[in-house]
Amino acid sequence: MQFALREAGRSRIEMHIRKKTIHFQLNGELVSAEVASHQNLIELLQNQFDLFGARESCGQGLCGCCTVLVDDRSVSGCLYLASFVDGTSVQTVEGLADGQKLDPVQEAFIETGAFQCGFCTPGFLLMTKQLLDAHPDPNDDQICHYLSGNLCRCASYPEIIRAVKLAASKREKLSS
Amino acid sequence: MMPTTVAPSGQVGRSVPRLEAVAKVTGRAEYVHHMRLPRMLMGKIVRSTVAHGRLKNIDLVEALKVPGVHRIVTRDDIVKVVPHPYYGPAFHDQPILAIDKVRYVGEPVAVVLASDPHVAEQAAQLVVVDYEELPAVFDEVEAADSLVVVHDELKPAGTFPDLKHLHGVRDTNIALDFRLSRGNPDKAFAEADHLFEHTFRTQQVLHVPLEPYVSIAETNGLSMTIHTASQSPSFVRLEIARLLGWPENRVRVQVPFLGGGFGGKLYIKLEALVAALALIVMRPVKIALPMEEQFYTLTKHASTFRIKSAVSKDGRVTARECEIWWNGGAYADIGPRVSQKSGFTAPGPYDIDNVKIASYALYTNLPPAGALRGFGIPQLVWAYESHSDLIARALGIDPLAFRRKNLLRNGRPQATGTVVQDMGADACLERVAALMQWDSPFDRGASPVRRGRGIAIGFKASISPTTSVAVVNVSADGSCTLYCGTVDMGQGSDTALAQIVAEVLNIPAETVRVVHSDTDVTPYDMATLGSRSTFHMGHAVKFAAEDARQKLEALAAEVGLPPGSNQPTRELFLRKYKMQAGNVIGMGSFIPPYTSPDHYTGQSDNITPFWMVGATGVELEVDTETGHIRILKMINVADVGRSINPRIVETQLSGAAIMQLGFTTTEKMEFEAGQVTNASLADYKIPGFLDLPATIINEVIDSHQHNGPFGAKGVGESGTFGVSPAIANAIEDAVGVRITSLPITPEAVYLAVRASRSGTIEN
Repeated sequence: MQFALREAGRSRIEMHIRKKTIHFQLNGELVSAEVASHQNLIELLQNQFDLFGARESCGQGLCGCCTVLVDDRSVSGCLYLASFVDGTSVQTVEGLADGQKLDPVQEAFIETGAFQCGFCTPGFLLMTKQLLDAHPDPNDDQICHYLSGNLCRCASYPEIIRAVKLAASKREKLSS
Repeated sequence: MMPTTVAPSGQVGRSVPRLEAVAKVTGRAEYVHHMRLPRMLMGKIVRSTVAHGRLKNIDLVEALKVPGVHRIVTRDDIVKVVPHPYYGPAFHDQPILAIDKVRYVGEPVAVVLASDPHVAEQAAQLVVVDYEELPAVFDEVEAADSLVVVHDELKPAGTFPDLKHLHGVRDTNIALDFRLSRGNPDKAFAEADHLFEHTFRTQQVLHVPLEPYVSIAETNGLSMTIHTASQSPSFVRLEIARLLGWPENRVRVQVPFLGGGFGGKLYIKLEALVAALALIVMRPVKIALPMEEQFYTLTKHASTFRIKSAVSKDGRVTARECEIWWNGGAYADIGPRVSQKSGFTAPGPYDIDNVKIASYALYTNLPPAGALRGFGIPQLVWAYESHSDLIARALGIDPLAFRRKNLLRNGRPQATGTVVQDMGADACLERVAALMQWDSPFDRGASPVRRGRGIAIGFKASISPTTSVAVVNVSADGSCTLYCGTVDMGQGSDTALAQIVAEVLNIPAETVRVVHSDTDVTPYDMATLGSRSTFHMGHAVKFAAEDARQKLEALAAEVGLPPGSNQPTRELFLRKYKMQAGNVIGMGSFIPPYTSPDHYTGQSDNITPFWMVGATGVELEVDTETGHIRILKMINVADVGRSINPRIVETQLSGAAIMQLGFTTTEKMEFEAGQVTNASLADYKIPGFLDLPATIINEVIDSHQHNGPFGAKGVGESGTFGVSPAIANAIEDAVGVRITSLPITPEAVYLAVRASRSGTIEN
């Protein structure tokens, strides 16, 4: 595979825009960044930290591809200003696994084949984690309702329902 | 890792998890969307605001004042690097940027380049374009004989022999008229016991991959590399080389994973534009469309289908006439192929002796239309399967019995004259009926919520003749790498093709590495489209793996091992090269036999290497007070040949059917004077969790495609075929009204129910 990111690709803001220094936890690590007032969280993660798991698709907070957890609450990164994460703890899909050890939610998505193109998958994984934190043993209605803000154009929805249930049982086993 | 010693059982037919699964759940899978290059500029497209007009002055003065703008490119710059800047797979009709005219709202007119995308976006809004507006035509039927002509002259690309007769034809919007005749339909219609004629329409919708269109080009002036989210890297290379007047080997096209494609990311989308821009500024250029601009790029054909049948007293269809108008929008894209390749299946999977088809590809002043998961088939099935139920009901015949009586079975000729083989239409239909317990009593509900059920079945020919080439590389440690141009856009081709290599070389599929499209490295493949890859690339990969296996056997003999000696592969290399060195390279190439249809009659003795079948059954509730429908059960059954990877096959069927559910119930591009008015996911509703049927069952029939690799054939589209008419048929079953236009909105159902009860209703 010869496809590689050859440069970190810092976005060069050439207009005169006031910037602010922010400090936050990013996947458990204390970091700081210079952010412009108009920058959203996705731009911050992609341009300054090379994290591409959260990605902008609809640009209106309707599809969930840009889902990021801020202080354990899901936000739409495409609508969330970067400067808002000052002083918070931010988790992206890249922070879900512990080294090479996948999170039970990630394992469950693989084992049930709960994705196709994979573009929406990071958003679903983070929403599922939040769902299971709130409802450790959700039923179908709870799953559908909770995840209804995330879209999958490949429509792997039935598989995702199975993945959520499998993840719930994996987490149950781990905690018992 | 050791082909001659390890014997894992059955690599084909096993639900191997996707090879890229870990990359996708950790956010590390590669998409062009994420890619950046040193010194890269971002492009923002300035788009036409009129549907049809002569392009006059383009005023850049204010836009150029925005700090950070690197350059603004218009037609004058483009023609300096590409003197004849018109592209397209069927017609060379689409300009890189508008030259003399604009032909739809949203057509690219200029591009602002800046390092910061926000700067480019702001400046793009300050570009002022003057147009001399011309009358526009939007409706496909009107376009057929409208005085408004979208293109003065037809410019077929020369790629397809059956388009050659259109060269230089003037003053028409008909880009292709495909005709087929079989038997003596006029006589059969004259002698018919019953005549039925209906007209059905479908709406313009779009693909909405969640990774929108995105391409990057970089060049040193002598060679060009294009990183693009494309389903057709080989075509991109050919077409960019043609536009630049370069040999193919100076153009390199690289494609990582796609965040969905569905037929949208085919042929040229942004690639020609970024290539020209990179040559103009001699810096890498990326254009990444926001969601809104996908609505201005490629869509699915709206269509009008007039279908007429002669039916005998006992319910046999004796003749059928099909007339289809495909709304191709302002540029042909692959529309003329849709008109022909789908057109010849317009009578449906039925055994009809007398057939007449006219299928017209039309230019209009709307965003261009092309392939979308079915290549025109879902539009046709919508009509012919709605028509089937209307006939059955009128004659008092059970809809399942009517289909059984008329179904096209193996050994009988299809409308083209090609004798059908390995097409499980009967098995799919029977399985749907069994799963729906069609013969059991059915609870029809009580007012105001009524229940109904419907079935529908469609079929599709493979797009032929097309070529795939593959290379299998066995390294000195015995590990295998597959080089092939099939693009994994979510359908799981990496995994399925690795399974084919693994089956031939007797190694675990998980150990095969698949190199993604890079035209400097991966050999030619026509494209990832039309459910062709498993069959065509599957063959090429199988041949390549067999070639490698034969070479390994020859190597074993060369180093003095007796046949069947079962030495590890690494041992063969060690014996020959005295160290871990060398390769064995297997090559495979495949193109199926094919007979082009006769220009006048559409007849061919071999129109396709295989047939795909998809059948759907639906049970639903209709709330007669609101018009809302609720799908209780959806059953999809397909003939996919042998499943290479059963779990991925099921996911493909399910996903296709749910996608088609969106095209059936909620999705519609709304237009005002050619301007899309709902170009966002806020106003254009794709299916989500709350739209799922309460129960969804997906199955394949037991099947073996005799000429397929390991008995396999395509699957990606089959789930879409029957969904729309099965729903309309179930609605009529529930409340006795017939919806003939998509989408089936609550409003449409409510108005139809009210009209059926009280005569008319004020809208």
